[in-house]
Amino acid sequence: MFSDIAQYFRTEALPHIWCPGCGIGTITAAIVRSIKTLQLDQNKVVIVSGIGCSSRMPGYLDFNTLHTTHGRALAFATGIKASRPELDVFVIMGDGDASAIGGNHFIHAARRNIDLTAIIINNSIYGMTGGQSSPMTPHDKRATTSPYGNLERPFQILEVAKAAGATYGARATAFHNQLLTKLIVNAYNNPGFSVVETISQCPVAYGRRNKFKTPADMLLWQKEHGISAGRKELGAEDFLIGEIFKAEAPEYTQEYAKLRQRLKGE
Amino acid sequence: MSKARLMQGNEACAEGALAAGVKFYAGYPITPSTEIAEIMAEKLPLIGGTFIQMEDEIGSMAAIIGASLTGAKALTATSGPGFSLKQENLGFAIATEVPCVLVNVQRAGPSTGLPTSPAQADVMQARWGTHGDHPIIALCPSSVQECYELTVKAFNFAEEFRQPVIMLMDEVVGHLREKVVLPESVEIVGRKKPSVSPDEYIPYENNESRIPAMANFGDGYRYHVTGLTHGENGLPTGKPAVAEKYLERLMRKLDPYLDRIQRYEEILLEDAELIVVAYGGPARSALEAVHAARSEGLNVGFFRPITIWPFPQDALERYADRRFLVPEMNSGQLVGEIERVVGRRQVERFNRIDGELITPDQILTRIQEVMIHV
Amino acid sequence: MAKQQFIFSGTGGQGLILAAIMLADAAVLAGQNVVQSQSYGPEARGGASKAEVIISDEAINYPKVQKPDLVLSISQEAYKKYGLSLDEEVVLIVDDTYVPETKPRSRNFYSLPLTKVTRTEFGSEQSANVVALGAVAAISRQLSLEQVREAVRQRAPKGTADRNLKALELGWQLGIGALKRAKA
Repeated sequence: MFSDIAQYFRTEALPHIWCPGCGIGTITAAIVRSIKTLQLDQNKVVIVSGIGCSSRMPGYLDFNTLHTTHGRALAFATGIKASRPELDVFVIMGDGDASAIGGNHFIHAARRNIDLTAIIINNSIYGMTGGQSSPMTPHDKRATTSPYGNLERPFQILEVAKAAGATYGARATAFHNQLLTKLIVNAYNNPGFSVVETISQCPVAYGRRNKFKTPADMLLWQKEHGISAGRKELGAEDFLIGEIFKAEAPEYTQEYAKLRQRLKGE
Repeated sequence: MSKARLMQGNEACAEGALAAGVKFYAGYPITPSTEIAEIMAEKLPLIGGTFIQMEDEIGSMAAIIGASLTGAKALTATSGPGFSLKQENLGFAIATEVPCVLVNVQRAGPSTGLPTSPAQADVMQARWGTHGDHPIIALCPSSVQECYELTVKAFNFAEEFRQPVIMLMDEVVGHLREKVVLPESVEIVGRKKPSVSPDEYIPYENNESRIPAMANFGDGYRYHVTGLTHGENGLPTGKPAVAEKYLERLMRKLDPYLDRIQRYEEILLEDAELIVVAYGGPARSALEAVHAARSEGLNVGFFRPITIWPFPQDALERYADRRFLVPEMNSGQLVGEIERVVGRRQVERFNRIDGELITPDQILTRIQEVMIHV
Repeated sequence: MAKQQFIFSGTGGQGLILAAIMLADAAVLAGQNVVQSQSYGPEARGGASKAEVIISDEAINYPKVQKPDLVLSISQEAYKKYGLSLDEEVVLIVDDTYVPETKPRSRNFYSLPLTKVTRTEFGSEQSANVVALGAVAAISRQLSLEQVREAVRQRAPKGTADRNLKALELGWQLGIGALKRAKA
């Protein structure tokens, strides 16, 4: 039902640019539903994005929205959050956006444990530019720039986030939409840098080069291979969904507020 | 009157920013600008502001734009190599009309160049470094006092015109300590806030002033900010007519205000046969050379653009019948503007690119060559 | 006063830039125009270091020293670079520990035990820069002891004001003594 979340959309900005069968639309709905569930003040929510298909999302949403440059969304969001910590800042990135050109900002946002909710929409490909391989394209899979199969190994982005100091990491898929909504709520509630990796489908730029006949095949693949912890032993193409890690660490803007307070006392 | 004190150029820049009301600084260490970051790190938390050392130059530029969108006056500082990296998001700030101040304490380049010897290497990068047509303001101080005063101006221009402003300093003034007398108070300009309700707010309105009112993120005016070409409502557009309207306004937004923006200094011009045009640190050498030439009976004058961009061409054009000498610490950058305004035949150059400040003697010798020997 | 140009030269880490800043501060307190600049290598310690001060009651345009009125050298290398070929009109002050080899001069030359006095008084070489400042200020006769004292008080790193004021006093006395000997 769109009507239950229509108030969060700029309907004048629709229709969106996403291809039929793309996963970003249902992920958008999950993000908006999580904001609704959290009952956040629409005027205090900021949605920041970088460049790519998924980064067009904020334009359709009726919040304070910022569509930045390629890979830089977290750096812009850091400025927003550090300057005005009471704002609720969500950051939408694609896999190439977050892990390639934005990789440095990603590890340092994690290291600072700044209270941002980062949602990485991982469709394993650069979709907007027509299907080039990204640092999260699986090994051996095909893309226009890896026509013989991807030689490189993909990032495990949540492992990166954890190692760099993030305090919440979770994974869902476009198919596991209710789980995704729940995980985004939990990610928001974690007072620190939180990452939700969302496996999505790009039927046009990835699926048709990698033996997926229809978008539905890709969703079925997500259903089959996205495994909750403990359900079964992971096979070669399987991946865990649900909460992957949680940790406690000082949060950047709170630490800065403490510094200001301490200096006042001196 | 406030008390005289000794101050370094970079320190005066930081103090000017504080006087102008800076509340947010993001930066990355790079000589010869680092003192500005160090002062901000110390002082901003004391006044309720925020300092953050970012992971790189690109992120620093991004962070100040983010902070400015929440209403904070925002500053970053760098030098040539970092200035190159900042061009990406400088373009974003221009396209989205987000006020901020970017200090570039120039050093000799290209690439890592001569850290930390002085140069005026980035004059053209300040104008055209980021891709696409765009307006820009760049101010160029010659003294420590001016580092302070122009930084205040830079913030005022940034806020009033919703425009990133570049403080184009050089190592000579950045690291120079000099006596300054700071004013007890300075004129401060804030950005124009919307006077209408959120429902009626048009974030990129084509109004008569050419400067749309700017709402803070979080204040109830929900709007979209994008580096994509956008319409008055802030949303991306592919429509040629909307794109043209936006770009026309963007490119011409400073035109009604040029009288106030374009600042320059004129000395001994009335009877000058030769005008030395100099800016930044080397202008100090030039002025000394002009006085020395006068004492030798040579009719030489001095014109100093303080606003480098937009170049004060109307002011210079009044002297189009004179001859010109343009000393620069680069291979000839601003000289192209002077040639454009007054014609190539009348313009002589003097360039020094070895990382040392041009001396008055070098300029005087060149003046003598031009006026006597030729 | 007429334009006075100073060069402080030595090795990075000796505190010469701070001493030059203090001299410049004192000139501001005396109501003069002043500029101070420096050049150094990429090393924070070691390597050549040079600080310059220009004091004048007129506007100072070109901010670098063109013809020094006084040169202080606290390393043999700095002496070779800035002190050796000076006109004898120019006052030259060297430290007798770190500049053991000097060319004889008939006038305006002072080889002073700046480091030795510092070691004797404080047990280390810290504050030798301010001892040197005291000697420079006394010998140049452009500023009063009180003006330089105030500058040191304001600019000395936290917790070191007393020690540095003492150092200044020692240097000033060295300078006064040297002037007397030169006259005699």
